[in-house]
Amino acid sequence: MLGVAIAAAMLLDMVMLATGMRESFRRLLVSRGFELRLAPKGTLPFDTDATIPGVAAITSIMRSNPDIREISPVLGASIHIPVGNRDVSGSVLGVDPSVQGDYELLSGRDPLSADAIVVNDYLLQQLGARVGDTLSVATGYDPQTRTYSGRRTLVITGRVRFIYGANEQSSAAMRRETLEAMRGGDMRDRASLFMVRVREGADAERVRDWIETQIPNVTAISIATAIAQVDARLSYFRQLAVILGAVSLFVGFLLVTTLVTVSVNERAGEIAVMRAIGVSKAHVVQQIVLEGVAISFAGAVLGLGLGLVTARYLNTILSAFPGLPMAIDFFLFQPKAAWSALALLIVSGIGAGVYPAWRAASLPIAESLRREAIA
Amino acid sequence: MTQSIVSLRDVRRDYALGAERVHALQGVTLDVERGDYVAIVGPSGCGKSTLLNLIGVIDHPTSGTVEIAGKRVDAMTDREATSFRLHNIGFVFQRFYLMPILSALENVALPMAEAKVQRQERQERAAKLLAYVGLANRERHRPSELSGGEQQRVAIARALANGPSLLLADEPTGELDARTGAEIISLFQRLNGDGTTILVVTHDEDLASAARRKIHMRDGRVVDGA
Repeated sequence: MLGVAIAAAMLLDMVMLATGMRESFRRLLVSRGFELRLAPKGTLPFDTDATIPGVAAITSIMRSNPDIREISPVLGASIHIPVGNRDVSGSVLGVDPSVQGDYELLSGRDPLSADAIVVNDYLLQQLGARVGDTLSVATGYDPQTRTYSGRRTLVITGRVRFIYGANEQSSAAMRRETLEAMRGGDMRDRASLFMVRVREGADAERVRDWIETQIPNVTAISIATAIAQVDARLSYFRQLAVILGAVSLFVGFLLVTTLVTVSVNERAGEIAVMRAIGVSKAHVVQQIVLEGVAISFAGAVLGLGLGLVTARYLNTILSAFPGLPMAIDFFLFQPKAAWSALALLIVSGIGAGVYPAWRAASLPIAESLRREAIA
Repeated sequence: MTQSIVSLRDVRRDYALGAERVHALQGVTLDVERGDYVAIVGPSGCGKSTLLNLIGVIDHPTSGTVEIAGKRVDAMTDREATSFRLHNIGFVFQRFYLMPILSALENVALPMAEAKVQRQERQERAAKLLAYVGLANRERHRPSELSGGEQQRVAIARALANGPSLLLADEPTGELDARTGAEIISLFQRLNGDGTTILVVTHDEDLASAARRKIHMRDGRVVDGA
């Protein structure tokens, strides 16, 4: 039974792995309500340091489309903050705080003024700072000469959690205009990414096509295309999950078949007597198949608990991969996944019981009784 | 005028044992009348159990005809034979073979459930049968909670569940001590007295002596009492 439970746990984990990352990524994308993302032509958001020039012009073009509700240009950069004689570095997003979809405010307020910055807990910890403290923040640092460029004094106005932030990543956000000014002339009117909300009921794919036609230097990515791209990148995980899931199912099938066969062999006399007293072959098969299903079901229930514990443990390990958003889960429990695993196990339980059951019910009654008497 | 409930004509049963053929029955002709109580005796391997299996329609003869309760049963399909056994034949075995997870009452009701008797009716009939075999107070007990003699009495009640024309017993006292065996012999006599036709295969002299008629077999043939 423990073996069946382990196979069931493994199967559940693999079903969770096969669908979990995709679903977790989809939830992450839809969580802030931006249906489209615009990256520099041929890139994915924040895949490279490339930026899109002409933020004002692009914004103006997009505003002409009534299906576009909100536009949030985002500029990404690195920041350096001197603390004593060491340099604390991190990433910063220049955003419009009124329409941004990159962070969630935990305490304090948004960086509404030009000298405001909001930071995540990890950066606060690295700096040994708190909300209300003043920081000297630079966008450039030369480690040879230990000199900073694009320096400005900013006040921490809030504690935030970055939606797409990775584990142990120092991150901050400020007004895009502030970041542009800090980075200097060549970064004016540029964005690393646009996040776009479409009107309710509008077809996001149509808006995406329209944007790519109107603004040729951007790649517009809808949630569907982003998921498709993630799917392509995660195909290795899915294949691995499918193979291991199939192996688990097969092992479970073999274990149930073995258990049912052993049980049937031990009860050959009992089965022969049932047939002798007039129990039909179909009913004998039904009883034995039910046993297989019961074993599978009990194994599945035990395996559910075991699978959830192991999935949680493995998820903690895998989620600590550098560069992955903390909100991404490798193993995501979805009732549908659990039902799928249970259904597969029940079907395999039926399959596992049918052969030994049919064999047992088809044995010659008199011969079975004679063997039993000799035994 | 009496009527044959069992009628065998020149019945042969051969088995393949490796390259050899074993002639378990070699031309048995036999009649058993309704209401009779017959004991089939003889040395081990003489064909007693093979004969009982043919009469019980759990085996087919190699040749010859077998008629039970006026029906030819020697060429029945598996489905026909199963249905015939369910309604016409009660089996009692040496090792009782009760379903371990079922109570005494449920074991007795099992053939009735197979015969699609309504739940209420089968509960009542099973309870009456258990009372008949002296186990009215053991209805809810599982086989593991019953003595060997009690288990055999439950098995006898189960064999009577669908009111069979014929009760067949293969060494029914074989696993019991002398005192419990005597109780089963007495129960068989009572059953026969109440009109049940009984055919019993046994080595037990006491059981054989209790029967009205004794059939002796040797080397696959009936040598006396046919």
